[in-house]
Amino acid sequence: MSNMKTMFDLNRIDSHGGTVDNTNQQSGQAPINALEVRNLNFYYGSFQGLKDINLDIEQGKVTAFIGPSGCGKSTLLRTLNRMYDLYPGQRAEGTINFYGQNILEPGQDLNLLRSRIGMVFQKPTPFPMSIYENIAFGARLYEKLSRSEMDERVEWALNKAALWNEAKDKLNQSGLSLSGGQQQRLCIARAVAVKPSVILLDEPTSALDPISTGKIEELINELKTEYTIAIVTHNMQQAARVSDYTAYMYLGVLVEYGKTDEIFIKPQRKETEDYITGRFG
Amino acid sequence: MNNISNIDQSLFAKRKRANKIGLTLSMGAMLLGMVFLFWILGVLLFKGLSAIDLNLFIHNTPAPGSEGGGLANAIVGSLMIVASCTLISTPIGVLAGLYLSEYGDRSKVAAVTRFVTDIMLSAPSIVIGLFVYALVVAQVRHFSGWAGTIALALIAIPVVVRTTENMLRLVPGSLREAAYALGTPKWKVAYKVTLRAAKSGVMTGILLALARVSGETAPLLFTALNNQFFSTNMNAPMANLPVVIFQFAMSPYDNWVDLAWGGALLITFTVLGLNILARVVFREKVQG
Amino acid sequence: MDITQSHSAPTPQALKIAKVQRIQDFLFYVITQFFALSVLIALMGILISLLINAWPALHTFGPGFFFSQDWDVVKGEFGGLIAIYGTIATSLIALVIAVPLSFGIALFLTELCPSYLRRPLGTAVELLAAVPSIIYGMFGLFIFAPLFAEYIQPALAGTLGKIPGFGILFSGAFNGIGILCAGLILAMMILPFIASVMRDVFEIVPPVLKESAYGIGCTTWEVVKNVVLPYTKAGVIGGIMLGLGRALGETMAVTFVIGNAHRLSASLFSPGTSIASTLANEFGEAEAGNHLSSLFALGLALFIITFVVLACAKWMLINMEKKQGLKT
Repeated sequence: MSNMKTMFDLNRIDSHGGTVDNTNQQSGQAPINALEVRNLNFYYGSFQGLKDINLDIEQGKVTAFIGPSGCGKSTLLRTLNRMYDLYPGQRAEGTINFYGQNILEPGQDLNLLRSRIGMVFQKPTPFPMSIYENIAFGARLYEKLSRSEMDERVEWALNKAALWNEAKDKLNQSGLSLSGGQQQRLCIARAVAVKPSVILLDEPTSALDPISTGKIEELINELKTEYTIAIVTHNMQQAARVSDYTAYMYLGVLVEYGKTDEIFIKPQRKETEDYITGRFG
Repeated sequence: MNNISNIDQSLFAKRKRANKIGLTLSMGAMLLGMVFLFWILGVLLFKGLSAIDLNLFIHNTPAPGSEGGGLANAIVGSLMIVASCTLISTPIGVLAGLYLSEYGDRSKVAAVTRFVTDIMLSAPSIVIGLFVYALVVAQVRHFSGWAGTIALALIAIPVVVRTTENMLRLVPGSLREAAYALGTPKWKVAYKVTLRAAKSGVMTGILLALARVSGETAPLLFTALNNQFFSTNMNAPMANLPVVIFQFAMSPYDNWVDLAWGGALLITFTVLGLNILARVVFREKVQG
Repeated sequence: MDITQSHSAPTPQALKIAKVQRIQDFLFYVITQFFALSVLIALMGILISLLINAWPALHTFGPGFFFSQDWDVVKGEFGGLIAIYGTIATSLIALVIAVPLSFGIALFLTELCPSYLRRPLGTAVELLAAVPSIIYGMFGLFIFAPLFAEYIQPALAGTLGKIPGFGILFSGAFNGIGILCAGLILAMMILPFIASVMRDVFEIVPPVLKESAYGIGCTTWEVVKNVVLPYTKAGVIGGIMLGLGRALGETMAVTFVIGNAHRLSASLFSPGTSIASTLANEFGEAEAGNHLSSLFALGLALFIITFVVLACAKWMLINMEKKQGLKT
């Protein structure tokens, strides 16, 4: 076992002595973390949902959270934009640094925070308005855009979500007139239109058919050049396909976290290996 | 399997008989209810239709003993009072409903308000009239259309509050979360997303409130009072259909009684029409 | 590309907007709360205003006001007993007739009705509940009362009226209008309302409960008696009390046919008056002083009685909903 590990380590060192991967970084430059979670504990009333989580979300990368139902991956995701704040009785303790600023500190303007850290949910939720308005709604919140600027922004966002061609002739129709997969891409366009730094995706494809799922996975690959992405998924293959880093969670504990390749090919913890090989979960 | 000798046949027969009696009575009750519905509406149509002609809408209420006449002033008066009531009660009711649904989960105040609102829904409307009399009419020393409006609003607002709250609660939390996730402030989430999603349900509530106050007589008795002549001055006693019907129906004059039936038919049509409209609007929402 | 600087910090414009939004959120909270509280304020206002205006009469006549049969406008002596009796008698009669009928209708709509008829008939019942009460009053005065006088009253006098003791309820002239007639019209009025509430309450019963009863061979009647009714007990009682609350406060349906006589009689055939109809008939011409104040006192009594009944009804319905939450 240890022999394999050494062999693997050797493989990771290239001829120049630097590490192999990371297309976005030059060798020697330290990775910048968009979010740094330190000693995070989360409680639903008296029940503890997250236990002492320590984790970095690297800028410009896709980080996936995987684990069986109830492991806390969605809970963790929802602490990152303080979505839990909407519900009394839910509280978080610890530190979450967003580019150096602790977002768990009291006195934060949560609305501003959420305009910098966006979220797309499992169930597509278009607003009861036209497609154009759905996207303009978010963009209008913190920017004053003229009509033509807004038109551009809407087109840009829909392009980013690979929905422009399908939607450009029906921008004034209700968002609800789209199919499920299209609605989810509309929600992604809506999140992107606000130009956040981080986009959180909470099981974005579990409610969709395989073709729409494939389209959205392509989207994630394109979006990561400009955004930091964290994705919760119960589909391990999806995590392996789209993410750069993977965090495996079980019963509120972060069991293992590392580069996706490593986790899936050679996980360090037995629990991780059991989950990935399908022995349970 | 013909051996069912262990079943007590007489007990079974008794049970079957009880069942039959109970169900027959139940059907009888339903029939009786339908009979009354059609009887009342039938009588209304029969007696009211004969009074409905162009004159009804052109002429004003006749003086005691004089011939003919119509209900023009009463119709206009009712329209004005009910319309202004709707204009007042809709924003108040919707905003109160917004409070109860968006802020009202944890607060004791909200629970008490909900409780009281439900009670006010069925409160005796004549007492509301007394209250507005004491509050408004006695203070300014004259009856007015505005006093009538206020009295009707006190009846309409609880209806709008409760339906608004119930409809807003039906909006799934995931829609609200999606709006919050963009950084939307609470008031915009409530007003531009949640309320919009519940739009047709809320409209249904407004229509139902409208239907309810269109038929109310007692609150207008001592507030708007009545006016024999045509007037659009809301600051003075205002003619209105329900009070006119009340006065005319119990009177000894034939033309007055006829006009009362005509007015009764008008009111009933309006109320039932609004109710049906509310249902259609609501059904569209559920389907669309 | 430097995401850090350009993306993580909000723009100054955004900061300004955020500040304005915080103020807007606060205003929204305050304004909506104010309007929500306005209902409470109105209730308090009603109670206070009624008390203030009723006080002179209450002070003059004391608590005995509610037990006194006087009603003399000329001499200025007033008492509430006749009106209170009329209100309670007509409401009780209405309940006695409407409750079993409503129950039957609700049973029919939930258990017996073929599904294609369910919605139209249910709608018909709800529309009946929406008909303005003045229509019932006119129907009562012009159509029902004469029929009542000609056929029903003699029949009652001939049958129930012959029973010793009890028969006194059905004695007296066949005038048509009177306490019993008013009670019957009131019954017609609250019938669809109670039926709707009961039907809504019956529909909450989980189908599995009923199915398990049918599954062991229960007849429909037994399922209703042993499964549906116990399950919805609180809701049914709540619905009945809601109907009672409505009946107590009803003005127009009663005023047309109650006879408007300040008379207390053992017979249900005799004319009488209820609180609401007294107010409707006399408030317009009452002079300030004991007459007007006594009318306010009656209004206060009606409001308090109705409020208590409705509060109990509401409380029972909330309990039923809570039980629902526990069971499902």
